[in-house]
Amino acid sequence: MDWTALSISLRLSAMTCLLLLPVGLWLGRALALSRFRGRSLVEALVALPLVMPPTVLGFYLMQAFGVQAPFGAFWQSLTGGGLNFTFKGILLASLVANLPFAVQPIQRAFETIPSNLREAAWCSGLSPAQTLWRIELPLVWPGMVSALALTFAHTLGEFGVILMVGGAIDGETRTLAISIYDRVQAFDESGAAIMSAMLLLVSFLTIGVVYGLAGRSRWRRG
Amino acid sequence: MNAVLRLALACWLLAIAPLANAGEAAVAVASSLQFAFPELVEEFRSQGGPPVRVNYGASGNFRRQIAQGAPFELFLSADEQSVLALHDAGFTESAGVIYAVGRLSWIQRPGRGALPSDHAPLSAVEAAIATYRDGEGRQRVALANPEHAPYGIAARQALQRAGLWEDSAPLRVMGENVSQAARFALADEARGGLVAYSLALAPSLADQAEHVLVPAGWHAPLHQRMALMRGAGDEARALYQWLEGEQARVILRRFGFQPPDAAEGH
Repeated sequence: MDWTALSISLRLSAMTCLLLLPVGLWLGRALALSRFRGRSLVEALVALPLVMPPTVLGFYLMQAFGVQAPFGAFWQSLTGGGLNFTFKGILLASLVANLPFAVQPIQRAFETIPSNLREAAWCSGLSPAQTLWRIELPLVWPGMVSALALTFAHTLGEFGVILMVGGAIDGETRTLAISIYDRVQAFDESGAAIMSAMLLLVSFLTIGVVYGLAGRSRWRRG
Repeated sequence: MNAVLRLALACWLLAIAPLANAGEAAVAVASSLQFAFPELVEEFRSQGGPPVRVNYGASGNFRRQIAQGAPFELFLSADEQSVLALHDAGFTESAGVIYAVGRLSWIQRPGRGALPSDHAPLSAVEAAIATYRDGEGRQRVALANPEHAPYGIAARQALQRAGLWEDSAPLRVMGENVSQAARFALADEARGGLVAYSLALAPSLADQAEHVLVPAGWHAPLHQRMALMRGAGDEARALYQWLEGEQARVILRRFGFQPPDAAEGH
């Protein structure tokens, strides 16, 4: 059992969730409520990581992260370090790869709020910020839970993107999914089996939490 | 709503949990050492050496990763070019040293047809080609990808020398590195494969594989070079020096590597 890889996987998933939640809320709400030029384009871009092969996404990110590329050079001038083959690099890649999983459930949740509800809140003297906090968020939380769980579980299982950008470096970028692949290559089938079972269990628990919470909210509404 | 806050808090706790890996040498190791290196590290540790974080992979891939800034301190390549190219580009402290000379070998699952003789180690490839021509099945021949794996290059040279490179094309499966090639070679669909002798000699493969050594003259010599990267820590430096010593040689020899003196003139 590669505990280092497990802790890297959990840390990566957790940080991806934390950083994407505000992005998902803002972008999901904007896409659901406002009508602006190029909205379909933004929606398409957000959904793109869903349909792109992970190796393709990984390839482009690796190119962009390179110290000779504009983005990589900018990052280096900012932080003094490169992005490829570092934890920061796979975290950034994971943020991009998980964008649809964080945005889409929240967007769907905002779309179900009738617009007259918000107008009623405004008429009752609530500011837009108060409306968001006291009316909208309590209604979209099941969407936020789905977004968190999907992002978490998907990051745990991500392979292609992480391998391309991270290079499977022990203690830095080798996640559990990649460690399983390495164990199989090293003819260590029992190690791979234990870690696969671990990943299966964590994924099942994550999804279980979502369905549990979603079921409870259904039951409460009657 | 509380559920979201609770999940976010759980994520936060996971994200700030400490990750300990300071004071360890980060080493990039060619896949041909997949089985020898754990023993080397064990011996190094038993003599009071610091902990080591090891990554196995194809030498060509490591060369690319290090050139992109991957944080390795020591690189044990399966060839010379990967290390020398990094040296020319200013990534290493020195040109390094040859630590071993590798050999290529044919491996196959026991009972997967006759084991080739020492004189004609590629006869199994010829047999697989004949079987395929007769339409009696496609027995695969595994090798590491010659584009970035030194043992893949050696395997290609041996097949080319025997005039089997073109004919074996429909049968070849390429491993991303030589360890994966060994896996493929022992798969049910494969006749066998051309991989590092050091893997064929690994105890964990002893009951899964039989092997024949390919004559050293059938491919360019596999001079395996290692070097310290710029900014390597004391831990990596200690390991580098220890690997040049006699105790490391003994273990390497047990895994079929010849000592660097075999690489005359270098």
